[in-house]
Amino acid sequence: MSDQEYIPKSKAGKWFNDRLPLLTLGAHLTDYPTPKNLNYWWTFGGILTFCLLTQIITGIVLAMHYVAHADLAFASVEHIMRDVNYGWLIRYIHSNGASMFFLAVYIHIFRSLFYGSYKSPREVIWIIGLLIYLLMMAAAFMGYVLPWGQMSFWGATVITNLFSAIPLVGDSITTWLWGAYSVDNPTLNRFFSLHYLIPFLILGLVVLHIWALHVPGNNNPVGIDIKKPSKDTVPFHPYITIKDAFALLMFMIIFAGFVFFSPNVLGHSDNYIPANPLVTPAHIVPEWYLLPFYAILRSVPDKLGGVILMFGAIFILFVLPWLDTSKVRSAVFRPIYRQFYWIFVLDVLMLGYMGAMPAEGIYLVLARVGTIYYFAHFIIVMPVVGLLEKTDPIPMSISEPVLTGGADPALARKDNEKI
Amino acid sequence: MSKEEKKVNRRDFLFTASYTIGAVGLGAVVWPLVHQMNPDKAQQALATTEVDVSQVEPGNSITVLWRGKPVFLKRRTQEEIAEARAVSMSDLPDPQKDEERVKDGKDEWLVMLGVCTHLGCVPLKDKGDYNGWFCPCHGSHYDVSGRIRKGPAPTNMEIPKYEFVDNNTIKIG
Repeated sequence: MSDQEYIPKSKAGKWFNDRLPLLTLGAHLTDYPTPKNLNYWWTFGGILTFCLLTQIITGIVLAMHYVAHADLAFASVEHIMRDVNYGWLIRYIHSNGASMFFLAVYIHIFRSLFYGSYKSPREVIWIIGLLIYLLMMAAAFMGYVLPWGQMSFWGATVITNLFSAIPLVGDSITTWLWGAYSVDNPTLNRFFSLHYLIPFLILGLVVLHIWALHVPGNNNPVGIDIKKPSKDTVPFHPYITIKDAFALLMFMIIFAGFVFFSPNVLGHSDNYIPANPLVTPAHIVPEWYLLPFYAILRSVPDKLGGVILMFGAIFILFVLPWLDTSKVRSAVFRPIYRQFYWIFVLDVLMLGYMGAMPAEGIYLVLARVGTIYYFAHFIIVMPVVGLLEKTDPIPMSISEPVLTGGADPALARKDNEKI
Repeated sequence: MSKEEKKVNRRDFLFTASYTIGAVGLGAVVWPLVHQMNPDKAQQALATTEVDVSQVEPGNSITVLWRGKPVFLKRRTQEEIAEARAVSMSDLPDPQKDEERVKDGKDEWLVMLGVCTHLGCVPLKDKGDYNGWFCPCHGSHYDVSGRIRKGPAPTNMEIPKYEFVDNNTIKIG
């Protein structure tokens, strides 16, 4: 790699770089050869980095005004909203930022699913990404508890009670999580501590995620291995940085739209009622980004079974690289898988909708169908389609379809015939 | 490899002893860090509550907070008791006689944790298909004895430890 050859121009730079090669790292990140056909679905890595930093910065500020005590937390959040200078803005950025973070991460994950970015040699990137996703869910859940409203309290109660489904030790684990005999002040205190910790764990995993990415390099819409650097690549800066910046700007417009025009549309009005351990709200619904898993939990008429399937729905993603038997990465060249992919997307969206509806009647039936299909997609569709599908011919290089006018498989095929 | 090397020697002993002591030491350090999260003495000190029930009319119930959880104290009518006792054991997912859920001679008092055994919500009274409680979170139905009849909850609502201090006072915990 050209990294080793990098020599700082200034004498001071050279002196420093010999002792800590930060400038070499900077040069690596700047020149990093990137496939030249990356589309806008590839800009969400940068957007996610922005989301993480936004949450950390606004979170640190909020922690300067928030009080993690069952008697004071609700009032301190109202204090932030009414008294603290720009407190309303910072809090709305933080609370909507969580939703935007998940919106971006879901697009990022589904991009990976479509273009086969989780496949060899990128399994470790995928797994680290899933760990980040798990930590994000933990952070979001605990953050939602902090305002100590009705949804905070009962959401915390329902989620921590999931652990009581574990045979034998379940109740002890739940009590241990609570630090009391119900969700109470000790629970709030520790959730605040962990909510503050997790973003920094995520930050560490992001470094590993990018490090693991820079070993094989980016996947790309065509999904083929490319030589790096070559005529198929461009340096990360300025080509990718400017594309990422433009996408980020568009994303920020949507983000700001939520913050300034409908800051509560993604929340629940019940959370503006202080926590009351004697009354459960009529409709307990988690935040939108957890709804598909909630639908899976409720679709099983057995407590332990529901919990196992819900966690299983996430953990099955960890073995995805080994469930997918196809040699071809990108769904662009996989006519059968491509259709199943979109059915799967619709299935997850439907499960999300069912999670928001009451678990009865037709909703429950559809949630059950959706749950079965969710698992069937990974356990049956992916291995079988990968083995049986006749894939379209893949181009030899990125330049080939680009120079013949677009990554059209038909054109690629024609070109292949010529060769 | 010669036979000599396979024999346990002083070095093997030192390795095993070091690992063992190391593991014990690690455990001794980790346990306080884990155990600190369990309920502290202040939480444990809240473990009993005395309730005056003289104002509760038959057919009514009150709810009190005990260890952060609601406890339902229901004074049942004779009809409700009869209804609870008429249920066949084979209709119950978690078979338990109504007699086992109340104190002898105090049949009218049902004292139980008002916590759904599914995921911990508070069931609503006088709702559901069995004239008892209904949990709005995930749709569990309980009967007049607080026994699970339908829905995802695995067991009957829990009966806490309690006693009658006198005819009008119940001590929970």
